[in-house]
Amino acid sequence: MGELEHSLRGRVAVVGVGETTYYKRGQSPDPEFVLVLKAILAACADAGIDPSTIDGFCSYSNDRNTPARLSAALGCEVIRYSNMQWGGGGGGAAAAVQNACAAVLSGSADCVVAYRGLAQGQFGRFGQGARSSTISGAAALTVPYGVMSPAQTYAMRTTRLFHDHGISPDTLKAVSLAAYHHAQNNPRAVMYGRPLTPEAYDASRWITEPFHLYDVCLENDGAAAVIVMSAERARDLSDRPVYVLGAQQGGPRRSGVAGHNQPDYVTSSLKPVVPRLYEQAGVTPADVDVVQSYENFTGAVVMSLIEGGFCTYESANEVLTFDNLIAPSGKLPLNTSGGNLAECYMHGLGLVIEAVRQVRGTSTNQVPGATVSYVNAGPMVEVVSAAIFGSAEVLG
Amino acid sequence: MSDYVLPAGLPAPVPARDGLDRPYWEGTRRHELWVQRCPGCGTWQWGPEWNCHGCRSFAIGWEQVAPEGVLYSWQRPWHPVHGALADAVPYTVVLVELPHAGGIRMVGNLLGDPMQPFAIGDRVEAVFEDHDDSPTPFTLVQWRVVR
Repeated sequence: MGELEHSLRGRVAVVGVGETTYYKRGQSPDPEFVLVLKAILAACADAGIDPSTIDGFCSYSNDRNTPARLSAALGCEVIRYSNMQWGGGGGGAAAAVQNACAAVLSGSADCVVAYRGLAQGQFGRFGQGARSSTISGAAALTVPYGVMSPAQTYAMRTTRLFHDHGISPDTLKAVSLAAYHHAQNNPRAVMYGRPLTPEAYDASRWITEPFHLYDVCLENDGAAAVIVMSAERARDLSDRPVYVLGAQQGGPRRSGVAGHNQPDYVTSSLKPVVPRLYEQAGVTPADVDVVQSYENFTGAVVMSLIEGGFCTYESANEVLTFDNLIAPSGKLPLNTSGGNLAECYMHGLGLVIEAVRQVRGTSTNQVPGATVSYVNAGPMVEVVSAAIFGSAEVLG
Repeated sequence: MSDYVLPAGLPAPVPARDGLDRPYWEGTRRHELWVQRCPGCGTWQWGPEWNCHGCRSFAIGWEQVAPEGVLYSWQRPWHPVHGALADAVPYTVVLVELPHAGGIRMVGNLLGDPMQPFAIGDRVEAVFEDHDDSPTPFTLVQWRVVR
């Protein structure tokens, strides 16, 4: 084993996960802060710990609910670690867990929660354009041309993906249909009871070509939380802790430059993250039993799966089919909770929780015998992240 | 007014107060295309930055380039995300590569019928779209396929 493989693999574990009810955008009866508190309390109950045990807090995407306020409300005696992951979108969902692991490994804190809350009725939407009369800086290079929303910001990478690599739009459709299929077994899912047919996908309106309505994530209200502790402490709490095998973040060279001038344009931004992740985790893509891949837009999922090593540019059209992407029968079960498209858009933390659930064996679309579970977050944004979880069997 | 690709009412671009992008926006008013180029190492750079990302020099300069390029990618928005666009969809957004300027790229709209045939790789030329009636007059750089 290399040095990197001794860094995290098996040394930190997820002890608890928690989610609120997931609501349609603007429909939460609770304010955002209450949603976050409820998610953290649910994660504490799941872990079997007193909430005052939490001494570290990690979030991302400029979450509005600060550790100081949460800590007080949870009755904590002390804050030992308070961390905000830079970057927009959901690129930090796995990075928040990585940062929590770093806090535990470095001795900074003993029990760290990674969390995210969104209440869009209270605070406004993502998928709307600028409301100002003037605009300057990087946004001035795009907004006056009607390029404002996240879908518009990232659609042209997918157009170019099709062009450069001969990827079929059918791969996007398969990703969407698989998510909706899984959501029909998941009572937590916002789209539970609302199945999607191939015909309805085809007939759906364009948001911006090449994205149909069903290629674009939801916007929701809710909150989610993941608690990590050292492996030793985790084994005191559970006979079957879910170990963090690896967690990494990063972005390619000049990933944040203005006006669509990233040197490598057709990428999920995961390319520099993935090799280090697998080396740290001590596994290969072939060892992964189930994948949660953040859907801001389905085109980015295709890039993420290719760059994550689950197929190649050449094999993508053949591998990324509905039959292959569904649990339990498919070869590459994907987004088994329904993901950001059909369960809930909790900026990817819901996907992290589903990855944990698969190793626990408690998914509503369980992959039989899953021991290695992969999740990636926020494709195409400047800094993205990914993590791999595993059971005790994997550690040997 | 009716000559604009997109209706008036979208946010008007104004040069940043820090002055970083002023040569670009002032150039568009003269119907000239100016982008950054490092006089030291020759790196072309877009959008504007405070130093050269090739050699780190702060002496990044500006150079006028031919207002033409190659269609690198595109999208066609149908969902209006701004009130001003409610009756303006669909419209075509293009990403134009400037091979003669180190392959830098620019975002703009494609002139003409939004459903017109075009393809990645098509040659395009810039059309300077003056918004003189804006409270803060400005000029956008739009693109037209060279047939």
